[in-house]
Amino acid sequence: MSERLKISLNVNNDTHACEIDARMTLADCLREKLDLTGTHLGCEHGVCGACTVLADGVSIRSCLIFAVQAQGMKITTVEGLAKDGELSPLQEAFHDNHALQCGFCTPGMLTTAEALLTENPAPTRREVESAISGNICRCTGYISIVDAIIDAAERRRQGPP
Amino acid sequence: MKPPKFSYLAPESVKNAIAMKQELGENARYIAGGQSLVPMMNFRVAAPSALIDLNGLTELSKVSLSSDSALNIGALTRTRRLENDPKITGAHPLLAAAARHIAHAQIRNRGTIGGSIAHADPAAELPGIVLACDAEIELQGPRGFRTVHAVDFFESVFTTALEEGELLLNIKFPRWPKDRKWGFQEVSRREGDYALVGIAAWFDLDATSSISACGLSAIGAADTPVRLTKSEAALLGSVPSLPLFEKAAAEVTADIDPFDDVHASAIYRCEVAAALAIRTLTEAWERDT
Amino acid sequence: MSKSYIGKSIRRLEDKRFLTGTGKYIDDVKLPGMASMAILRSPHAHAFITKIDMKSARAMEGVIDVFCANDLEDELPEIPLRLAPFTDFQRFLQKPLANKKVRYVGEPVAVVVAEDRYIAEDALELICLEVEPLPAIVTVQDSLKGETLIHDAAGENIGTQYSVSRGDVEAAFKGAFYTRREHFRTNRHGAVPLETRGLIAEVEPTKPLLRLHGATKVNFFNRRHLAEAFNLPESSVELIETDVGGGFGVRGELYPEDYLVPIASYRSGRPVKWIEDRRENLSATNHSRDITCEMEIAATADGNILGMRASVQGDMGAYIRTNGGVVPSKAAQFLPGPYRVPSFACDVQFLITNKTPVGTFRGPGRFEANFCRERMMDLMADDLNIDPAVLRHRNLLTPEELPYRIGELVPGDPDATLDKGDYPSALDRLLTECRYSDWIDKQDPSDGKLRSMGIACFIESSAAGPPESASITVLSTGDIEVRTGASSVGQGTETGLAQICAEYLDIEIERVEVSHGSTTLVKTGGGTFHSRNTVMAGNATRIAAKKVKEKAKELAALRWNCHPTELTYENGEVCKSPDRFTLQELATFAETRGDILSADAIFDNEKKLSYSYGAHAAQIALDITTGLVKVERYWLTEEIGRALNPAMIQGQAVGGVIQGLGGTFLDHFIYDDDGQLLTGSFADYLLPTSSELPEITAIALENFPSELNPMGFKGAGEGGIVAVAAAVGNAIARALKPYNISINELPLTPDRLREALRGAESLK
Repeated sequence: MSERLKISLNVNNDTHACEIDARMTLADCLREKLDLTGTHLGCEHGVCGACTVLADGVSIRSCLIFAVQAQGMKITTVEGLAKDGELSPLQEAFHDNHALQCGFCTPGMLTTAEALLTENPAPTRREVESAISGNICRCTGYISIVDAIIDAAERRRQGPP
Repeated sequence: MKPPKFSYLAPESVKNAIAMKQELGENARYIAGGQSLVPMMNFRVAAPSALIDLNGLTELSKVSLSSDSALNIGALTRTRRLENDPKITGAHPLLAAAARHIAHAQIRNRGTIGGSIAHADPAAELPGIVLACDAEIELQGPRGFRTVHAVDFFESVFTTALEEGELLLNIKFPRWPKDRKWGFQEVSRREGDYALVGIAAWFDLDATSSISACGLSAIGAADTPVRLTKSEAALLGSVPSLPLFEKAAAEVTADIDPFDDVHASAIYRCEVAAALAIRTLTEAWERDT
Repeated sequence: MSKSYIGKSIRRLEDKRFLTGTGKYIDDVKLPGMASMAILRSPHAHAFITKIDMKSARAMEGVIDVFCANDLEDELPEIPLRLAPFTDFQRFLQKPLANKKVRYVGEPVAVVVAEDRYIAEDALELICLEVEPLPAIVTVQDSLKGETLIHDAAGENIGTQYSVSRGDVEAAFKGAFYTRREHFRTNRHGAVPLETRGLIAEVEPTKPLLRLHGATKVNFFNRRHLAEAFNLPESSVELIETDVGGGFGVRGELYPEDYLVPIASYRSGRPVKWIEDRRENLSATNHSRDITCEMEIAATADGNILGMRASVQGDMGAYIRTNGGVVPSKAAQFLPGPYRVPSFACDVQFLITNKTPVGTFRGPGRFEANFCRERMMDLMADDLNIDPAVLRHRNLLTPEELPYRIGELVPGDPDATLDKGDYPSALDRLLTECRYSDWIDKQDPSDGKLRSMGIACFIESSAAGPPESASITVLSTGDIEVRTGASSVGQGTETGLAQICAEYLDIEIERVEVSHGSTTLVKTGGGTFHSRNTVMAGNATRIAAKKVKEKAKELAALRWNCHPTELTYENGEVCKSPDRFTLQELATFAETRGDILSADAIFDNEKKLSYSYGAHAAQIALDITTGLVKVERYWLTEEIGRALNPAMIQGQAVGGVIQGLGGTFLDHFIYDDDGQLLTGSFADYLLPTSSELPEITAIALENFPSELNPMGFKGAGEGGIVAVAAAVGNAIARALKPYNISINELPLTPDRLREALRGAESLK
């Protein structure tokens, strides 16, 4: 039983050891200890979705889980979406569809959409709207983001497996 | 908005967890999905001295059908599984439908059925469903195992029959007949928000097409989820029809006692609860089962 | 072949870093030895401070410093007025820390500096603030009564008040066939960008230097005032802009924290970071919109407007901040809108209350004025039995009437003139797009819902403020660097300016890198507000590019030993057929001469504003039982002079509409009678999300390039939001016409609509 803990996290296929307070959220651990600052904090109470990461392939709010609890999970952050410096089809689709402006919500949108497309490779617009309804964007008005995710689904279906 | 300090413990069994809680006392808390507790900690309105993390207890996330066809759902079962696991969606479509209204994918991926019930937010969906469906809530605590009927579980806002040191093991839903009619409707400001008010309903028809059994509950309509017993009495023994539903809906306000908040007035909740009762019963009636 | 970028939907140059999580927002910046700061904010709306006990907090391990106003040797400066600085406001300026008295929930009282934010928040809990509570003033009516004074020395709660007019409004109302009086209210809400504010201050112990990271919007203005406040030469203050997660008016103004973070850094001798958390944000960052408007219209039987008179009251909150009186004064100025209003008179009052201070939010005053005026137009249309579109047509200023002097409707502002345009055609285009004639008053009750359409017209000014700077340098690597004093708050400034630079230099856009905002980049800058970046920084970039071309020719002429006029410039090269020099070669040549291939430019529009204009239409479905409204389809037209990047303009329009729908239905800062903010989290302060999105058709018109800048741009940042509440309000009122319900107050919540319907149903 301890307030101070040594933990090991699997993030973007790398193993990271760090020493943290039990109270450190996963989001803060990623940002402060692992220097993965792509995961953003917009509200710290589980509403805005900016801090969304993938845990074993499903989307979670990294502000509502303590880092110590993420041990044993395979965590993917926005930094883990591009492979070998190549944007993923989803990232490309966001770029092509002007699906971002200030970019602050973008990491959470991408991780949330990634989880959706893994689970549902051919979502309807309504399903996409529902899937990202827990991610706030103040700039785009969402429509271009929905366009991008639909577009990405198409690209993924046609792209190499 | 950083949480206050606490000690972290990861028990290896339910027994172990309960022993830890006994040792650490009232200021320690169990944590399951943490989707309500962690925001409260980040706002520093909750400051547990220790968190006893139940997430490692795989024994709490089993889903099974017992010999009497009751559906047993382990308390640690993630909300998302309620909407996706065919074992659950087939055995209890009302539960699955209501689960889809809970917050957003990220919350449902982490939040648990036991956590939602133990948290006892009067506007939350799952407490309303266990209440409407006569579920039994199985608890384990320092003084052993016990079962509490949903009707006796919810006492007030965020207050339940859970005693010091007790945790939820399992939620047992009675057998769900294949041809049962059911509906769920809620009104919220935005998709995923807590319901301003919501209604869950099911009924069974006998050979004469009369309602032989039914369950109705309202959420967001009092300091706990509410079983709408007067509406149920109005339905029992009659053949479904819009006038019957209207009659049952007229009884809704007798059972509920809603409150004003920044999102809606008590009068609004009364009006809409009654209107939703008609819609929910109609949805149930029109359902092709 | 010449490169063409202007007018093309170029994919944004900023995107890659945002898509890969490698953007650098303020909380991503880490400096060696950096400490973290947190602020104790008043939990009371109005109270005398009797004691602040910081002993336990100071003793906590990991705490570096704790201070309140009493601990500071130097008198704290007042946060200055930047806009609409009416003189009486000097009595209501805010100091960075409360001293003796707190005046709103969220006002900074004490500061903790600690090794990290977790510890800093622990220490906040140990500070004991004792107060003697005072009655809280939470309505403009109570503020006016003045029984309790919020700023005793001022002797009143009226920030200022004035009357403006043009024409003889008394005469117009006297003898008018038709008059109507209505009371409107736009609720308190705000910009609420997704990234909260944040700052890092660095000071050099050995030399006078204050470096503030996280600055944006109006960095050169802010530098001037911070230099004064910290008694430094301007050259010793550096404001560094990072990536910014949305502005919408509130971010980058001077706030208490812009002083407190440097003070904390001076005291601790360490770089200090402060990141506003969301709870702070909702009570610390400017609120907006909080306007009530008593409005009267006079017209002929044919609906020709004879006059308007109004009284506008703005709830300014507890202090007047940098934006001064912009919100109420612009609401008053824009009340007549795009119409021929021969006489107009308006009384404007700015009232101090125990709430968070008010500032600008996208379309400040316009959103509010449009709601009042356009609702009034629909009410008049119904009263006179004229179709709402026909009524608007009768009153819209015609192309022949433009430019149109609207007079001096804001004291101290220069006389304003609406520039050239064709308002009726922008409305006509909208009516065609939304198939207005098919829709108006059409009901489709098949799903039990009431459907209707509402329209609204608007004008919107752009590009106010000081001149803007740009400099272009060709590096010896061949890359082109554009620097500007304008900021980026996430709207795509880098891409837009790169398009202009690449087009005029006739080069590949990939070679252009745009740096913006920071005071270290250029000598001066105007900043980013009032939809001005493309107009101001865009034209400055064009001038700089032209100068670079001239300079390139001069350098080439030296090489060829000829006269620059003998040379041509094409394809990014200077040519003297068949020979040519690339820009890179000329930049290298310049270097050998100790020179650089570079040019600075300033664009000054002499404060002549371009007005965009257009119209909105909303088609709604209303569930009368629950009061829930779905906006099914939305259309808008906006004349923007010339489109730099159509996809980015579409993004501004659509983003503006959705933000406006939030202001119409959701966003609301609600206070109780004690001045407590009841919507202090994202669970209660509701922002629009992706569910229930309307289908949006946004049409940018390019029929009337602005004559007030060489590139013909008009601002395009605010036209999407300004008429949303107006169009939606009109649609809902039209759907509920049989019930005779007044749709005069925002937000249009299900509860409020049901309440109105209940009243109407009980009368039936």
